[in-house]
Amino acid sequence: MANMAQAIRMALHYGETHLGVTDVFGEDVGAPMGGVFTATQGLKTAWNSPLDERGIVGAAIGIAMTGDRCVAEIQFCDYIFNTIDLLKIAGNTLWCSKGQVPIPMVLMTPVGAGIFGSVYHSHSFDAWATRLPGWKIVMPSTPADAYGLMLSAIQDPNPVLFLKPKALLRVRGEELIPGEPKDDKELKQMIDAPVGDRAQWKPRWPKLEEYRVPIGKAKITREGDQITLVSYGRHVHTCNKVADELREEGVRVEVIDLRSLYPYDWTCIKESVKKTGRVIFVNEDTEVTNFAEHLNYRVVQELFYELMARPRVIAGKNVPGIGLHPNLEEASVPQVHEVKTAVREALEEVP
Amino acid sequence: MARTHAQGPQARKAKPKGSPRRASSAAKKKASKPNIRSKKLSTLPLSTALLRNIYELMLKSRVLEERLIKIYKVGDAYFWIGGPGEEAFGVPLGLLAKKGQGHQHDWFHLHYRATPTLMALGLDPADAIRLIMNRATDVSTGGRNFSGHYCYPQWNVAPITSPIEVQYSIAIGTAWAQHRRKAKGITIVSGGDAGSAEGDFASCLIWASRPGNELPMLITVQNNQWGISTNYSTQHGEKYIADRGKAFGMRTAMVNGNDPIESYLKLQEEMSYIRKTGKPVLLETFVSRLYGHSSASGANFAKNEEDCLRSFEEKLLKHGVLKSNETDTLRASLEEEYRLLAEKIRSEPLPTAESIWEDVYVDNENADWRKF
Repeated sequence: MANMAQAIRMALHYGETHLGVTDVFGEDVGAPMGGVFTATQGLKTAWNSPLDERGIVGAAIGIAMTGDRCVAEIQFCDYIFNTIDLLKIAGNTLWCSKGQVPIPMVLMTPVGAGIFGSVYHSHSFDAWATRLPGWKIVMPSTPADAYGLMLSAIQDPNPVLFLKPKALLRVRGEELIPGEPKDDKELKQMIDAPVGDRAQWKPRWPKLEEYRVPIGKAKITREGDQITLVSYGRHVHTCNKVADELREEGVRVEVIDLRSLYPYDWTCIKESVKKTGRVIFVNEDTEVTNFAEHLNYRVVQELFYELMARPRVIAGKNVPGIGLHPNLEEASVPQVHEVKTAVREALEEVP
Repeated sequence: MARTHAQGPQARKAKPKGSPRRASSAAKKKASKPNIRSKKLSTLPLSTALLRNIYELMLKSRVLEERLIKIYKVGDAYFWIGGPGEEAFGVPLGLLAKKGQGHQHDWFHLHYRATPTLMALGLDPADAIRLIMNRATDVSTGGRNFSGHYCYPQWNVAPITSPIEVQYSIAIGTAWAQHRRKAKGITIVSGGDAGSAEGDFASCLIWASRPGNELPMLITVQNNQWGISTNYSTQHGEKYIADRGKAFGMRTAMVNGNDPIESYLKLQEEMSYIRKTGKPVLLETFVSRLYGHSSASGANFAKNEEDCLRSFEEKLLKHGVLKSNETDTLRASLEEEYRLLAEKIRSEPLPTAESIWEDVYVDNENADWRKF
């Protein structure tokens, strides 16, 4: 099975051969490196740009204005913050031009902690991203979803921000991507660049197929009827672990992988919360004005009388950065034990 | 960042005293224009038909902007910002462009003083009036944005925005797409001297001059010596902004932007070089800012600046290209035409409250979370 970096690479290859992608670019995106997480190795349309995030985002907007399709990368979301006004422009150009100038671009960037990346390789961007109207925001938790969401993002006529949970980029999935060989060693030989001299290396791409995960559609990863956990990215796996461990104690936890932050699948959340009466939103961006607070607000407004317990948000601590030492990182972003404790508390609450 | 300051009709009562032109005496002392002056020519180097066309477009642009200012001053608009003083450069720029849509035509990433260029491209004056009056019929923004914030996809005119620098980084993208396709079109990007202090300007120079991937870009800086009320000489150590291009091995040029003949010839030369080589040019032009920064600073005529329209008119009269009575007649005719247009447009429909949700996504796909 492919890991997420390979899945994204295969999706981009499908994009450049079947969906008209003309440019995949950013810092270290082209040869010889092919991206610091190898997600762009071997792509014929990949090229290196100056180390200039504003130039990258600006160029992507301009390419999109011409109607060409590009996928740009900001190497880590920690370095995306100086592009905020350009991101706003990408999101408001269609609106400001009265529908005349679409910006069909994809911007991808690794997000979140989990690799002990210290202060400037551990930021999250999901809460910021959801404050950029006009964009669609997606974040996969599996390689197959990464492949399917990328194909959807490339074909979407709007700007799409593809958040890559960096701690999952080297994690293998459990589902085959259509066209992917079953043996992951075979896949590695086909599409991973060798260590050392790569001058003569060329990938042998598998015969990939169209597989799209619709933007705006969530997925239930664990079924249950006592409490709902809503998450995305790497914390889906945290929630799955909590669900699996508590199931052994007879607690039935439902887990929703949102996959798209905007537009989001309210129907999926609503149906689940109506069934369970209890909900906790889990993500690792900082907790004050966190995107989950919006979802929490909506639950309170629309499902208040369905609730059996206070809805909760478990998010990153509101501190300036993620410290490098594991003690610091683990104290800053949600851990399994925190989620498990919150689940138990919510289950004990009586209306 | 954005340098436009909106004020509603009520706020206008508390209009700031004086325009940004009333800068500190220190700034005034240092505020001298570079010594790039028009040559005295015994014969004019452009055809009579072209000279008359340039003059008429400059006049149309000026009269239109003056109408827009009047629309603001009588309370029919919330804000005015525009391009009086940039006609002598802006009109030739528009005339020399390869107008059309797509990679094979020139792309424009303009600033909010670009009415002269748009006029040369074929701007319908009614469009500018609908824009400043925020009518639903405004083809550029549908009543959503300020005057001067034009958008014409059919001419590759990217939406003009209030931030004074972002066009320099966005232009990289259209130029790259043209370079990759070996297209015939070039990318034109314009800003002011104040905007050249922003990082996007440096981005533009860097990306336009990557070895082996030079971009077909005309990068212009219309230097009027002012960023709202702050004088260029108090903030910039470089003598000429154009000199910054030299560090990137880029061809640079300067021209008196108050002289349409010199501007035309210089633009023609530089655009020809870009089309021929596919390489960029940084062109600094020295222009006037004839009605201050915007309505926020009063929008009153600056008598101490050179008026390029008046200078050109005098030159054409002297050389017999124009007759004095026809200039007065033409101006009066345009003033009346635009006055009547404004009267008509005043009764056109306003944007509706429901329309805020339109165009958030392509094809009006729902973007309202309440309806997810």
